[in-house]
Amino acid sequence: MQDFEPPSNRDSNLVATTIEQLYRESSRKVFASLARCLSDLDLAEDALQDAFTQAATQWQTEGIPQNPISWLISTGRFKAIDRIRRDAKIGQNASVISDRISRIASMNAARSDQAIEDDRLRLIFTCCHPAIDRMVQVPLTLREVCGLTTEEIASAFLTTPTAMSQRIVRGKSKIRNANIPITIPELSELPSRLDVVLSVVYLIFNEGYCASSGDSLTRSDLSAEAIRLGRLLVDLSPDPEVKGLLALMLLHESRRKARSDSEGNLVLLEDQDRTQWDGALIAEGVALVEDSIASRRVGGYTIQAAISAVHSHAKFAAETDWRQIVALYDVLMLLEASPVVELNRAVAVAMRDEPLAGAELIEAIHQRGELKEYAPSYSAVAELLRRGGKRKRALSAFERALELTTQQSERRFLMQRIAELRNHQ
Amino acid sequence: MKYMLLIYGAEQDWTDDERHECMIESKRISDELKDQGKLIDSAPLHGVASATCIRVREGRRMTTDGPFAETAEQLGGFYLIDVEDLDEAIKIAERLPPASKGTVEIRPLLPIPVPN
Repeated sequence: MQDFEPPSNRDSNLVATTIEQLYRESSRKVFASLARCLSDLDLAEDALQDAFTQAATQWQTEGIPQNPISWLISTGRFKAIDRIRRDAKIGQNASVISDRISRIASMNAARSDQAIEDDRLRLIFTCCHPAIDRMVQVPLTLREVCGLTTEEIASAFLTTPTAMSQRIVRGKSKIRNANIPITIPELSELPSRLDVVLSVVYLIFNEGYCASSGDSLTRSDLSAEAIRLGRLLVDLSPDPEVKGLLALMLLHESRRKARSDSEGNLVLLEDQDRTQWDGALIAEGVALVEDSIASRRVGGYTIQAAISAVHSHAKFAAETDWRQIVALYDVLMLLEASPVVELNRAVAVAMRDEPLAGAELIEAIHQRGELKEYAPSYSAVAELLRRGGKRKRALSAFERALELTTQQSERRFLMQRIAELRNHQ
Repeated sequence: MKYMLLIYGAEQDWTDDERHECMIESKRISDELKDQGKLIDSAPLHGVASATCIRVREGRRMTTDGPFAETAEQLGGFYLIDVEDLDEAIKIAERLPPASKGTVEIRPLLPIPVPN
């Protein structure tokens, strides 16, 4: 039997505010535990609502239970069994239903706090299962794990609630029909499965951080959700890349205020007012990077975070340790070589040595036929050529960048550069 | 939970020796699954040249020579398995020799509702 608090806790205002707070802060935990126990996301959602409804009446008369989360999980489970009985269609295989009910009833409902957190992790792995389409993994995780509404997710991804709801339904049907388990993958599968989870979390973060349009408030909410997921994963997984990813997100987030001006235009890293950077986030991010590097099993996220940490250490742009940044890009090239990493390395080389050294490296990438549709590669080479005094080549690279750019504030910046160069000819 | 594993591949991708080896390995996996009570049935199929398609339209049967669709990769065999969940089905699918040359498609079986 559940122990109840003394009658003083039956104050109806207190009960109402407690329930409200529990719903806001813990309903997704309860949901994740119900999902694991019921192996059915829709049923878990219904059971969650039923449990909170029951709490609203029962706690008024009997007081708030000592462990409200356990109470909600346990109540939700019995409500789900009621629903299965009620919804059983005539003629439906009775033994299948009774098997299902006894399986649910036998599941251990007394969950420790750790077990409840593990249930959330299980649900993340399910929503980020590689058998689910990438376009679906991200909104499904936001809906099921983070508890964002379909409307919120739709507005963050600049689509209609109907379209977003279809994607989420598609994901839930896949989980149900293909019987994707709500479990933590076995050890041999864990690294590759964790990779997918981390990339989904990073995608969610970037949607909130790099987006070219959309309501800025909703956007920063997405980044906050990604950071919350990152913290949850750090608590649950010892993998150093998990720390690396959280560090990377925190270090980016620390510059949010400084990276756009009052008109919403992007402010480049070197032009940012560094006094606006968030020192607490930087300290937390740097500590995580150091932790991850100490493990000696670093991956791409950790190296990217380490690069970001080098920038964070510089009080002024001119103080940046570009030698170290180039060295970190060299490591990153060994771990996950790509033309974009090469481009970033080229810019770092330009900053360490001189602009034309970097420009040459970028032109070599273009000569191989890579990044030829990638606007940032042209704006970067153009800027380096301009600084190196190669005005004519700079002008044509800026023009190419403009052709490839649709984002308005970017375009304004490029057009200004082009006008300056033309005037000097 | 029952799953059908459908084996797709390009017939000309296999030499006779490879095909022979594939059959031996597939038989070994089938036997192992059968011992574990996880196999319902499995078989390789004759090539698409042996296929016949039947369509009945307005009560008239039409018979054509060849497969349903002329594609580079063709259905070449199947496994019908009964396992815990998709993760277990994936682990079996990745062990099948054709997975390393062609594609193994995993389809959950839709249970037939019991009539009233």
